[in-house]
This record gives sequence, C-alpha cells and structure tokens, in this order.
Amino acid sequence: MNIQDIRSQFPILDQEVNGNPLVYLDSSATSQKPIQVIETIEKYYREYNSNVHRGVHTLGTRATDAYEGAREKVRKFINAKSIQEVIFTRGTTTSLNTVAASYAAATLREGDEIVITYMEHHSNIIPWQQVAKRTGAQLKYIPLQEDGTLSLDDVRATVTSNTKIVSVTQVSNVLGTINPIKEIAQIAHEHGAIMVVDGAQSAPHMKIDVQDLDCDFLAFSGHKMCGPTGIGVLYGKKHLLEKMEPIEFGGEMIDFVHLYESTWKELPWKFEGGTPIIAGAIGLGAAIDFLNEVGLDNIAEHEHKLAAYALDKLSSVEGITIYGPHDPAKRAGLVTFNLADVHPHDVATVLDAEGIAVRAGHHCAQPLMKWLKQAATARASFYLYNTEEDIDKLTQGLVKTKEYFSDVF
Amino acid sequence: MSSNLDALYRRVIMDHYKKPRNRGVLEDGSHTINMNNPTCGDRIQLTFKVEDGIVEDCRFEGEGCSISMSSASMMTQAIKGKKVEDALKLSKIFSNMMQGKEIDEEIDLGDIEALQGVSKFPARIKCATLAWKAMEKGLSEGEK
Repeated sequence: MNIQDIRSQFPILDQEVNGNPLVYLDSSATSQKPIQVIETIEKYYREYNSNVHRGVHTLGTRATDAYEGAREKVRKFINAKSIQEVIFTRGTTTSLNTVAASYAAATLREGDEIVITYMEHHSNIIPWQQVAKRTGAQLKYIPLQEDGTLSLDDVRATVTSNTKIVSVTQVSNVLGTINPIKEIAQIAHEHGAIMVVDGAQSAPHMKIDVQDLDCDFLAFSGHKMCGPTGIGVLYGKKHLLEKMEPIEFGGEMIDFVHLYESTWKELPWKFEGGTPIIAGAIGLGAAIDFLNEVGLDNIAEHEHKLAAYALDKLSSVEGITIYGPHDPAKRAGLVTFNLADVHPHDVATVLDAEGIAVRAGHHCAQPLMKWLKQAATARASFYLYNTEEDIDKLTQGLVKTKEYFSDVF
Repeated sequence: MSSNLDALYRRVIMDHYKKPRNRGVLEDGSHTINMNNPTCGDRIQLTFKVEDGIVEDCRFEGEGCSISMSSASMMTQAIKGKKVEDALKLSKIFSNMMQGKEIDEEIDLGDIEALQGVSKFPARIKCATLAWKAMEKGLSEGEK
C-alpha cells in the first residue's frame, strides 16, 4: 500500500488550511472522497442521469443497471447471500430507524427487552428508546469495562430470555473499541433474540462478512467509506425482511395500487419508496471498487499501525488523557482524548490554526460522555490516506496548544 | 499561528475564563433559565433577580469552552444594574458584533469588546452567543 499514491487520488488533501498543509483527522465524522468516486458521480449526471426501474429508454436502462450494479457490489462487500437482503437507505441512522420502526414496533410486546451498550451512538439509542416507549418494552444497557471494552460475561448477564433485540456497534466512534460481534450474536441467538449491528465505524475500515458474523441486521453509511453523503445500507436476513412492513409508501415500492389497498414490490424494493438515491448508490459502488482495489485488510492493517503509533506518540504529551482501550490490538484507527483543563473546543481551534482538523464535542454519544465523566472530548480519527507524519503534526500541535494555553493562563 | 489565535484568545477573555465573575446560583432569584448547545454539549444556567425592571443581580453556572464561559462571565458583569430593556438592547449589539457588523463607537462595551475577534472564527460564534441567548430568553420568559 503506497500512501503517497493513495493520497494523490484524494484531491481535497492537496490544499492549505490557515496557511498550513491540511492534516485531515476527522474521517470518523466523514471520510474524504477519491477522484474515482467524484468522477463516477459526475459521469452519471453528465451522461446518463435518468430515473430507474421505469421507462424504456436507453438512459433509464443505463441508470438502472448502474444502480442495481452498485447493490451487487454492496452484497459482495458484506458477503450477503442475495441482493434481496441489501436495501439502500439514507445512511446508518435511517437503517437503524427502519429496523426499530418496522421490525421492532411490530414484534415487541410489554415485558420484552432491547439490549444495547453504553458506547452507542445516539442513532443506536434513540430509535430503541422510542420503540420501547411505544410497545412497553424495556431498554437495557450492557455496562463497560474500565478500559472501555465489553466483557462477554456482562453480555450474558444482561441478555435474558425476555430479550428480543440486541443492538451493538461494531466499532465505538469514541473509544475506538472493536466489539466481539460474532460472540455477542451467538449469545443473542441462544436467547432467541435478533442481533443488530451498527457498522458505521467498521464497514469503512475492516472486512465484514454478515454470514460469518451471523448478524440479523447491519447498518452502515456510504460517506464514511469514501462514498458520497446521503446513501447508506440496511442489510437484513431475508426471512426477517420478508415479514417486515415498509415504513415509507409511495412510488417505486408498489406492486399494485387499488383504490383502498395496495401490494408491495418484492425485496429489496419494497423498502425503497420514492425515487431512490441513484447518484449516491452509484457513487458508493465506486467507493467499494476503490476500497477493494486497495484491500480492506491492507486498510485495517495500516490504520492499526497508525492507532498504535498515535497511542504511543500522544501519550508523551504532558497532561493528555486518552480514552478507550490502551491495548492497540483492541481498537480501531481513532484516538479520543482531553488535554489537561483545556476545553476540547479550544484544542480544536488551536489545531485548526495549524491546519489540523479534529472533532471536538460529545460525538453524538452523550451517555458515553457521562460514563467517561466528561462534557466533551477531542477526537483524531484516521483513514487509509493518513500518515505517521500527520500524527507527528498532531502531537506537535497539542504541545503547542498546551504551551499556548499555559501562556495565557 | 499565534497572531491569528491571539485575536481570539485575548488576555481579558482568559482572565474571565480562569476567574469567572458572578459564578453560581441566586437562591432568591426571580428568573431562571437553562440553555445548552446541543451540537457541542456546552450548557448554561442563569439566575436573575429583577426588581422594578432592573437586573439587580445575575449569576451563571455551567460548563463549556473558554469562549462560552468567559462570554457568560462578561455578560453577567455587563447587565448587572441595568434596566431589562437595556440588557436586551446590549444583547442585540452583541449579536451584531458576532456577525462582524460595525458597532457604534459611542457605546462602551468594556470587557465585551475583547470578544470581537470571535466573529472571525465562525465555528466559535455559537460558543460566545450561548449566554446572551439564554439571557434574552430568561429575561423575557424565565420568570419563576
């Protein structure tokens, strides 16, 4: 994997921000896009923009082939059995909401349990809170270990015979923790529950095999994996999706419409009401081609090295607190931290003046912030285009931040 | 980098951040308001004692970055002893200042002037305005 070659394929990286070369360390929020993806989307709009699944004309056929071709790319990418199990959505949030509003709302009864963890993103908390309120089900949390990992004993202690849904993130967007999804899915299934996986932070960075994980649903977003915003995926096992009712009704998703009732298209289209996100799906397909070309295993290894390097380098900064597992083997390519009593917004502003982009705030994980006893934290997240030099610059930037604030204090 | 940042982190701002004025809660306040900035997690609580249309006292409690907390400290300092309508007027002036608009030189802004540099950091304007928005809302509808 030649990083300079990879970087040259991301036009946005070649620029100065506040007089310094851009160091982009916010890929967990959204990744940058390679030229292949940008050009694929442009080509669609320039050459064959048309609606899909209707009309007989040539452009319409090209658009449909490209859109459905992208679905096949996604199927292969996660090793789903069939394209019927791959639904295009607006993103992870919509995917998880679909499971909650359709599957969960129809199956949960009073006394049933939904089990999640303290490290979930708001989009894997609130849909469950809402459906719990509507159905009388109870929402339960698996506690975290001191180092921000999950213990399978805690999973076993929380999941009971009343549990109907277990929903866990594969990689924490704050702690970087990689969770043992396969083992958790097994525990869920032993109790007759289904396993939902938030793959927003894992799909861009590691190989996912839904059959091997044996998860029932998987949600992820295109924009965090080199694809455009506004496109995401809901994978679901066919026998579950077949039983589920659509949550959006209208064009595209119908079979027959009568005056007082209608029937739905077959899977996956019954869940794709309205003109779909055609350019987004085609762009996501191009992103998957790009990631496959580089190789997910290479990307995972590269980020793993960067995470280990960052943990080591950042630990040397006086006054820094790093959250999440300190064992690099247990974490993905991001590091969340606080710098003494300098507020993370101030840290991010000083770093920005150096051209370094990091995220500061609660990272859409307020329950986890509470667990960390922090109002906010700063986060540097890495992707295939980041280098050890980026981390060196971050480290120097933090030293400067510390000095700057000790000066004015 | 420092000259640019120095425009943001003026010494007087850091002074208010480190030694906040009027921090705490007024137990005998007449008005109270809670507000937060959901995108970043900053939160503030203001308590006021308003008598005969005058802000006799004001305290703030909360957590946030240097800009939001120093702005809160300066705001309480600025409105104490002022008529409610004048406090609200000052809030308008502050809002204009954050949008980079010209401010009438006749107006004595005191320490608040130091926050002028925030207008050049669009991502941080919301930090500075949190306390002022809370004050506006608190004085117009926060009566206990």
